[in-house]
Amino acid sequence: MQNKIVIQPSRTFSTLHLKELWEYRELFFFLIWRDVKVRYKQTLLGVGWAIVRPIASMVVFTFVFNHLAGFSSEGVPYQLFTFAGILAWNFFSEGLTGASQSIISNSNLITKVYFPRLIIPSSAVLRGLVDFGVAFLICIGFMFYYSFNPGWQILLFPLSVIWGIIATLGVGLWFTAIGVKYRDIAHALPFVVQLLFWITPVGYSSARIPAKWEIIYWSNPMTGVIESFRYTLLGRAYLPTNLVLFSILVCTIIFVSGVVNFRRMEKEFADVI
Amino acid sequence: MSAPIITVENISKKYIIGQNLHGRGSRTFRDVFDHKLKRFFLRDGRKEKHENTIWALKDVSFEVQEGEVVGIIGRNGAGKSTLLKILSRITEPTKGKAILCGRVASLLEVGTGFNMELTGHENIYLNGAILGMRKSEIDRKFDDIVNFAEIEKFIYTPVKRYSSGMYLRLAFAVAAHLEPDILVIDEVLAVGDFAFQKKCLGKLENISHEGRTILFVSHNMAAVSALCSRGIVINEGKLEYDGQSKDAITYYFKHMIQSSKKSLELREDRSGNGKARFVDIHLEDINGEGVTSLWSGGNIRFRLTVLPFFPIVKPQFLLTIYSSTGQKLFHCSSLVVGLKNGTQGVIDKKTNVICDIDKLPLTPGEYYANIALYSQNDLVDHVEAAINISVQEGDYFGTGRIPNRESGIFLVQHEWFYQE
Repeated sequence: MQNKIVIQPSRTFSTLHLKELWEYRELFFFLIWRDVKVRYKQTLLGVGWAIVRPIASMVVFTFVFNHLAGFSSEGVPYQLFTFAGILAWNFFSEGLTGASQSIISNSNLITKVYFPRLIIPSSAVLRGLVDFGVAFLICIGFMFYYSFNPGWQILLFPLSVIWGIIATLGVGLWFTAIGVKYRDIAHALPFVVQLLFWITPVGYSSARIPAKWEIIYWSNPMTGVIESFRYTLLGRAYLPTNLVLFSILVCTIIFVSGVVNFRRMEKEFADVI
Repeated sequence: MSAPIITVENISKKYIIGQNLHGRGSRTFRDVFDHKLKRFFLRDGRKEKHENTIWALKDVSFEVQEGEVVGIIGRNGAGKSTLLKILSRITEPTKGKAILCGRVASLLEVGTGFNMELTGHENIYLNGAILGMRKSEIDRKFDDIVNFAEIEKFIYTPVKRYSSGMYLRLAFAVAAHLEPDILVIDEVLAVGDFAFQKKCLGKLENISHEGRTILFVSHNMAAVSALCSRGIVINEGKLEYDGQSKDAITYYFKHMIQSSKKSLELREDRSGNGKARFVDIHLEDINGEGVTSLWSGGNIRFRLTVLPFFPIVKPQFLLTIYSSTGQKLFHCSSLVVGLKNGTQGVIDKKTNVICDIDKLPLTPGEYYANIALYSQNDLVDHVEAAINISVQEGDYFGTGRIPNRESGIFLVQHEWFYQE
C-alpha cells in the first residue's frame, strides 16, 4: 500500500511531520484565500480599511510622540520613522489576535476533519501579509512624498519580514495552544497587546532605553523586528550586534518551543473545544 | 486472504468529565487552581478524579478487508462516533492502535467548512481542499460536482442565498466525489428530504461497487442492511457483535429489547433537559388490564407515567412507532390531536397519561416506540425504544382472513367493487 496511517497515542515529543505539512500546502493557501476574501465582505470601505488603519495610526503617533512628547526620529521624517514601526506592529498585533482566535473560530473543522492543526494559526498569521503588502505600498508612497532615498539596505527588507513572521508565529502559537484550553487568553490578549505596544519601539527609538534595561527591553521579540525594519527601509536604526543576536535567539526559542508546545497540545483540541 | 486494509487493536478512549457538563474540557485558570487546591487539602483527590472519567471506548478490536462495507450500529452514546473520530484522526485514542492502509476520507458531517459568504464555485474548492482533494483533482471533477448537485444556475451565487436543499446537495456532491481508499461516514443521511437521501444512498452504493472500503454509522437500519455486508454492534464502548449486517441488526434489536426491560425510570440513555422523566410505560387493553402482546386490528392503550421534578408547563407528548429495522412508521402527538380531557396547563405531580390507538394498523412482527415529552417546545425527556411491541396475527378486516407480514407493514381499511 502506498501510504500507511498508524493511529496510536502519541508520545510527548512527536516529530514535526514536515512532510505532511507540505502535502497539505494547498489547504493552507485555500484557508488564507478564504479569510482574505471573507474579511472585507459587507464592509463599506472594503480593502480601504487596509489603507486607512496605518495612515490614521501614523497621524496620531506623529501628533502624540513627535509634537507632544518631542521624541526625535534620528534624522528621517518622523512620519516615515513611525510608519516603519506601524508596518511591523500591525502585522504582529493582527497576526497574534487572529491566531489566538483561529482554532476556536474554526472549531467546526477541527471537530470534523483531520489535517495538520498547525495550518490554522499559521494561515491566520500569514493572511496578514495582504494588509501588510498594502501598507508597504503606502510606505513607498510616503518615501516618494518626502523625497526619501532608501539605501542598499532595502535589499535586506525581505529578511526583516521573515524575522517578523517568525516572531509573530512563535508568540501566536503559544497563545493559540493555551487559549484553546484556557479561555482566559481571550480576555488577557487585548490587554497584553496593548501593554506590549508601549514597550515596543513603534513611536520612539529603542536608543532611548537606559543600558541597564536593554536586555529586558530586547527580550520583546518585536523590538529587534522593528529596529531591523527601520534599518532596512530607512537606513537608520539602533542595532547593536550583541542585542540583535540576542533578539534572534529569543525569537528562535519562542518559535521552536511554540511549535513543540502546539504539537503537544493539539491532540486534545477536538476533545476540549 | 490479503492483509486487512483496516486493523484496529484494543482501541480505548477515556474522557474526563468535569463538573461543567457543557464545556467538556475548556477551563479557566481558576478552575485549575481550585482543583489543585482541593487535591492538596483533600486526600481523596485521587478518588474524585477516578469518578470523573468514562471510557467511551474500551478495547475495541476488529479488522476490515479491502472492499468491505461495514455498518457500525449502536445506541446514542454507545461510542460509535468516538470510534469514527479516532479512525479519522480527529482525536487520539488513549490506548491501542489502528492501522489504515491507503487514503482515508472522513465525512462526519456534510458541508464542513462551507462559508456562507462565498459562492458555490468558491465553496467547492474550499470544501474539496478541506476534505483532502488537490486543486487539480477538483478542477477535473468540478463539472461532475456541479451536475450532481444540480446547481448550475447558482454557481456564482453566495451560498447564504441557497435553499437548504441546494446547500445539502452541493455539500454532499463535493464529498461524494472524493476518491479515497477508505471512506468513513457518520449519519450524513440523517439530513435532507427523501429524494436527497435516496440520491446519497445510490451514490454510496456506486462507491461501494467500485471496491472501496466504507465504514458507515447510521441509525437508519434500512440503509445499513441495504448498503453494508457486515455489521458491528457497539454498546457502552465495547464491541458486542461482529457479523453479517442482517444478523448484526437482529442482535441490535434484541439488545434494545433487553434494555427496555430495564426499568424506564433507571435508564440513563435519555436526552432532554431532565425537568421531568418518564418513569413507566405499559401496554393495556381498554379496560386497563395489562397486556403483553397485541394483534393486528386490536385496540391498544399506552399508559405513560411522568414524574416531574419541576412544574412542566404546557406539556406535549409524543409517541413514535418504529419497525424492527428502525424505520419510523408513525407518531402520535398530543400537540396535533390535543389532550382530550385536559387543557391541563401544568404537571406538578406524578401523572399518568393515556394514548389510545384504535384498530392497530400493523402486520404481525416486532416494533418499538420512542417517547418524548416537550414543554413549550423544549425537549424535557426523550427515551429511545422505551417499549417493545410484539404484534400477533389478528383479524384486522373482520373477514376471518388473517393478514400476515407478507402484506407489508401497514394495514389499511379498504373496499373493492365493480363499477355499476
